[in-house]
Amino acid sequence: MESSTETASNTGAVIPESNRGRPRKGRGPEPGRGKKGLWDSVKQQKYLYFMSIPFVIWVFVFSYLPLWGWTMAFQNYKPAKSFWNQKWVGFDNFVELFQDERFYLVLRNTLAMSLMGIVFGFVVPIFFAILLNELRGMMFKRFVQTVSYLPHFVSWVVVAGLVTKMLSIDGGIVNDILIALHIVDEPIQFMAKGSWFWYIVTASDIWKETGWNTIIYLAAITGIDQEQYEASRVDGASRWRQMWHITLPGIRSTIAVLFIMAIGHLVSNGFEKQFLLGNSLVTDYSEVLDLYALNYGINLGRFSYGTAIGIFNSLVSILLLFTANGIFKKLTKESIM
Amino acid sequence: MTNKAFNATRSEKMFDLFNYILMALIVVVTLYPFLNVLAISLNNSTDTVRGGIYIWPRQFTLENYKTIFQYDGLLQGLQVSILRTVVGTVLGLICASMLAFTLSRVDFRARKFISTFLALTMYFSGGMVPVFILMRDLHLLGTFWVYIFPTLISAFNVFVIRSFMDGLPYALQESAKLDGANDFTIYWKIILPLCKPVLATIALFLAVNQWNAWFDTYLYNGTASQWTTLQYELMKVLQSTQQGGSSMTNSNDMAKQMAQISPESIKMAITITVTLPILLVYPFLQKYFVGGMTLGAVKS
Repeated sequence: MESSTETASNTGAVIPESNRGRPRKGRGPEPGRGKKGLWDSVKQQKYLYFMSIPFVIWVFVFSYLPLWGWTMAFQNYKPAKSFWNQKWVGFDNFVELFQDERFYLVLRNTLAMSLMGIVFGFVVPIFFAILLNELRGMMFKRFVQTVSYLPHFVSWVVVAGLVTKMLSIDGGIVNDILIALHIVDEPIQFMAKGSWFWYIVTASDIWKETGWNTIIYLAAITGIDQEQYEASRVDGASRWRQMWHITLPGIRSTIAVLFIMAIGHLVSNGFEKQFLLGNSLVTDYSEVLDLYALNYGINLGRFSYGTAIGIFNSLVSILLLFTANGIFKKLTKESIM
Repeated sequence: MTNKAFNATRSEKMFDLFNYILMALIVVVTLYPFLNVLAISLNNSTDTVRGGIYIWPRQFTLENYKTIFQYDGLLQGLQVSILRTVVGTVLGLICASMLAFTLSRVDFRARKFISTFLALTMYFSGGMVPVFILMRDLHLLGTFWVYIFPTLISAFNVFVIRSFMDGLPYALQESAKLDGANDFTIYWKIILPLCKPVLATIALFLAVNQWNAWFDTYLYNGTASQWTTLQYELMKVLQSTQQGGSSMTNSNDMAKQMAQISPESIKMAITITVTLPILLVYPFLQKYFVGGMTLGAVKS
């Protein structure tokens, strides 16, 4: 039974059945058939070029050109001047950033909320998927799934409104329950206390995305060989043991890949929720790097400074991605690079 | 998946019971906020202040909905939201599927280059400030197109559609070619109709993104009042009352007017208006997007 955990550990677990066994080779004509010149092939495939080149240009403009904007971080950028007339200041903007006390507060908030988001936003969907998979009634399982996807489809604006409503002091269900159970005497002003903010953001995130994040794990669980379960049952394994020794190892590679990708987004983990749930009372706990860039870089018009924040953000993300990938490679022999 | 338990032990039964209760609890926690908001939106707004409304309105009325639709800001926001959702979804589908088609053709010379060029965009972004400057330089600030252009091509969507096309038999294209069809005709007449399931998934993704977006309005079109969206109007209403309505806004600002009349039920009525379209469609498209998500995980 122990050795059987190996079978599903290839990344194949993520790939749905219908897509397997369809090698690309041999489906179409060979790529370089007939040794024709480049020009001939361009002429022959002119429609394919017409149908793709505009989009390549498009992607270049909207995704690659902003990278050129990174030069702003090393200038004292003035919107009215052309690129050649800008004043170059080297690393001044970064020096200023690292000397700003606010920056460290913002960095702390970013890392704290991102780490909490990863730990809970990662663990909860896995357990939800495993437990959902153990439900016996198909109708009920379907129903739970459909309901759990719902919050993913509404905007953060709506979610922030719902959360604020649920936590409010007049008529918020959370305070009502707490009072009814005599846990507190006075309603708690959740939204006005900075110390609550990180937990509120994390909990909202779990509420919104758990169901959606479950989809991929459920697909991976479906790919696990059924014979393993039968064999373990013959050996007398309980449901808990089956979950622990078959289901969980069976989706290990899916977990690893998704985890590394999540780490990559650690620092740029969004600011919508912080923007919408935050208010002037909790700003010391709610401001994250992207909001900081928004407030300083765009609202105050300090474009160079804002760009420096953005670059710092990206560099930390990349560093974390490589670190996480390295650690995982050592520990589990799975990696995405 | 579940095992036909012919001799379920007591602990197994306990487990099932525990699991059912937990799942029921999750359903309640997920649905309650929506039901609560719906009930409040259907309740008399002065009565709402008394509190104590959970999942059933105490004094049923449709007044709140009548009130919000009398505001120009809301109707106009609704129009812009619908427009951007329709235009963004249709254009996005055409562009992504066209590009995906060329990438699904193994004989296409530029395939590898374009794939890599596109895939890289999934791992970096220029950041908020450079993108803002780009939009300004392209003169997209204060226009409708700032909603459509930047998101027209998403690498993820293109790769999901391509994986689906990879599964179609190449013989179809070959026989069409013998009949004299060019590559565009093959794409439009043969491949596209076969891609309905994956196109439905991507259409849902695009539509939800367009419908739910509010930050681009805030950043690029906050001062262009004719192009503000429904989500943005809701955001303003929710934020303005949160800060006690003392934020300075001009007098014909909807947010301010809303804050003056009893806001609670009105706020909730707008929330429901913003949410309803998605509530109505997603259960019907569920089988598609579950397949689409799983397919997307295969990666390029």
